Amino acid sequence: MATTKMTIAKALNAGLRRAMENDPKVLIQGEDVGKLGGVFRITEHLQKDFGEDRVIDTPLAESGIMGTAIGMALRGYRPVVEIQFDGFVYPAFDQIVSQLAKLRSRSRGAIRLPVVVRIPMGGGIGAVEHHSESNEAYFAHTLGLKVVFCSNPTDAYWMIQQAIACDDPVIFYEPKRRYHEKGEIDLDASGPASDLFSARTVREGSDLTLACYGPMVRTCLDAAAAAEQEGRLLEVIDLRSVSPLDINALTTSVTKTGRLVVVHEASGFVGMGAEIAAAVTERCFYALEAPVLRVTGWNAPYPPSKIEELFLPDLDRVLDGVDRALAY
Amino acid sequence: MSDSDVVDVTRTPVQGGADHYESTLRHRPRGPHDGGPEMIQMLDPEGQRVDMGGAGEYAHHVDALTPDELRGFYRDLVLLRRFDLEATALQRQGELGLWVSLLGQEASQIGCGRAMRRQDHAFPGYREHGIAWCRGLDPMRLIAMYRGVDRCAWDPEEFGLHTYTVVIGNQVLLGTGYAMGVQRDGAVGTGDPDRDTAVVAFMGDGATAQGDVNEGFVFAGVNDSPIVFFCQNNQWAISEPNERQMRSPIYKRADGFGFPGVRVDGNDVLATYAVTKELLDRARAGQGPALIEAFTYRMAAHTTSDDPTKYRFSAEVEMWKLRDPIARFKTWLAHEGIADHTYFAQIDAEADALAAQVREATITMPDPPMGEIFDHVYVEPHRQVEDDRAFLAAYLDSFVDEEVA
Repeated sequence: MATTKMTIAKALNAGLRRAMENDPKVLIQGEDVGKLGGVFRITEHLQKDFGEDRVIDTPLAESGIMGTAIGMALRGYRPVVEIQFDGFVYPAFDQIVSQLAKLRSRSRGAIRLPVVVRIPMGGGIGAVEHHSESNEAYFAHTLGLKVVFCSNPTDAYWMIQQAIACDDPVIFYEPKRRYHEKGEIDLDASGPASDLFSARTVREGSDLTLACYGPMVRTCLDAAAAAEQEGRLLEVIDLRSVSPLDINALTTSVTKTGRLVVVHEASGFVGMGAEIAAAVTERCFYALEAPVLRVTGWNAPYPPSKIEELFLPDLDRVLDGVDRALAY
Repeated sequence: MSDSDVVDVTRTPVQGGADHYESTLRHRPRGPHDGGPEMIQMLDPEGQRVDMGGAGEYAHHVDALTPDELRGFYRDLVLLRRFDLEATALQRQGELGLWVSLLGQEASQIGCGRAMRRQDHAFPGYREHGIAWCRGLDPMRLIAMYRGVDRCAWDPEEFGLHTYTVVIGNQVLLGTGYAMGVQRDGAVGTGDPDRDTAVVAFMGDGATAQGDVNEGFVFAGVNDSPIVFFCQNNQWAISEPNERQMRSPIYKRADGFGFPGVRVDGNDVLATYAVTKELLDRARAGQGPALIEAFTYRMAAHTTSDDPTKYRFSAEVEMWKLRDPIARFKTWLAHEGIADHTYFAQIDAEADALAAQVREATITMPDPPMGEIFDHVYVEPHRQVEDDRAFLAAYLDSFVDEEVA
């Protein structure tokens, strides 16, 4: 097996390229995605190789980008939209929630919208306001959308292709502070190892389960390695998809460990952790040795970047949550 | 702007506020309601053929119409109005949850709808019953939606008609994107009349304030997309007149986006047909988008839930009655000898039959099964949707079991 060392950013670029090669209906559109290759260079060189009709530099208007992408999908295309930063998706929110999510049910199945909305998400890069948000709960709450996160180069490479091949709309979150983390990818593999919407156990353990996604997977793996020094064996589950939610993966793990801590960057209040805690408690009440706990961004708007490290869950805060869960 | 264009308004004292203050807002008086000298008109309200606003440029499209086609326009107008009135009556009798009447706007929609070709694609709002009619959709599909027993359950590709859109202006961006797809298919500017395709996106005067509408204009403009933006200016956005929505006429806005804008008498089916035909041909030929402002009037309430006596004078409605789109066309057809009393009577009878048929089909229309709400949320199953489907089924079954027991 020949593998290549690649960053998440390059893996996404390679995955997009492969999807465009495989299907001439795949289009990319967004702000600065063409000549510039996107502000994070995820679409670098694609316009040069596939032309301006397939990699479209759009006017600076997110609702327009989203609405016209839906229109192109109605005509039979598979658009991949880039939202430049998480905090800029809100002008497109109406089109995403009212049209993208609902047109299939509104037409009683006559319409399918294979649209991917790529959103670089989360904090930790010292950015200005509106550039560090985690808004997945808004979209996970909207039935009609599917919402996934990649957390490593291999997933980035395959999940973007799977999302593009999916006939349902997919909100595709990319952990922007992990864009430059490297990993080995087998570019010659015939296909992905997992279904797009399945969770993956990325570290096995017996004492407690950590559930996480996107940028927090690395944090949780680091926390699990530190905990092992103290003799605690933590299981880490990369959810990968928050809608649909792979609840079976969670209940299987919690039945074994009896304890669950959910970790995400978004504020805890009405976040994914709340949904997961409720869903797991409903199904595993008698297996739980402790309440499901959450380690999340605080219940406040994202702070100025100089103090963002205090806002974001880190190794110490995850281990603090582990201590609290194990104290029961 | 001259001083005479501006009037001060003085607000009455606000409870708990200052005793009296002068509003800093300046409201313009209501504009001239005749559409002004630039409005293209071929049939005046008395049914005389005229050449107003440069109508001559478009007249060849009307000259090319056969008597059969002209009589067909009349049939469309009369049947559409009868259908609309019947739907309003059905709502009043509790058979529909809501009806959105198009009374007064029939000529705008039939003129536009009949200018479209089979391969063209319409993106309607929620009042475009005449467009749906022209695209061949069974009007009962619209009734089902407003009765609350179905959604927009037709295949848009079959009819060249997208679903109705209720969120104001959303459809303008969808239509623009669709037109961008048409360009990528190479279905524009080939010279093949059966291949070249245009899109029509519909909106009202109120929608012109929406960001989506203006973004649609920008995207279509920079891409030279084959789309005609068809704005029915019916003068009222529920209770708000044009003066609360805009400061310059709608058709003039097109200039700022880089494509032509035309105001046409929306109560004149010939002029509306001719202008739409011209601009659709232009779009299909690859010459880019255009904006049509069909100057018309909403004769009925916004919807059956609305009460227009709260905000507009009956004298205004009476004035517009004199500009009725069907009466003037009937006068002209009779005068030209294209149709006679026998024909008109035959159409009236057909309209009555349609109304009876719609009434019968509405009253007997069943409710949908509850489980269907889970059927078309996704193409591929979604775990949480399937969980709820199973839960609901078990819950409903539990009642059946009790009855059996």
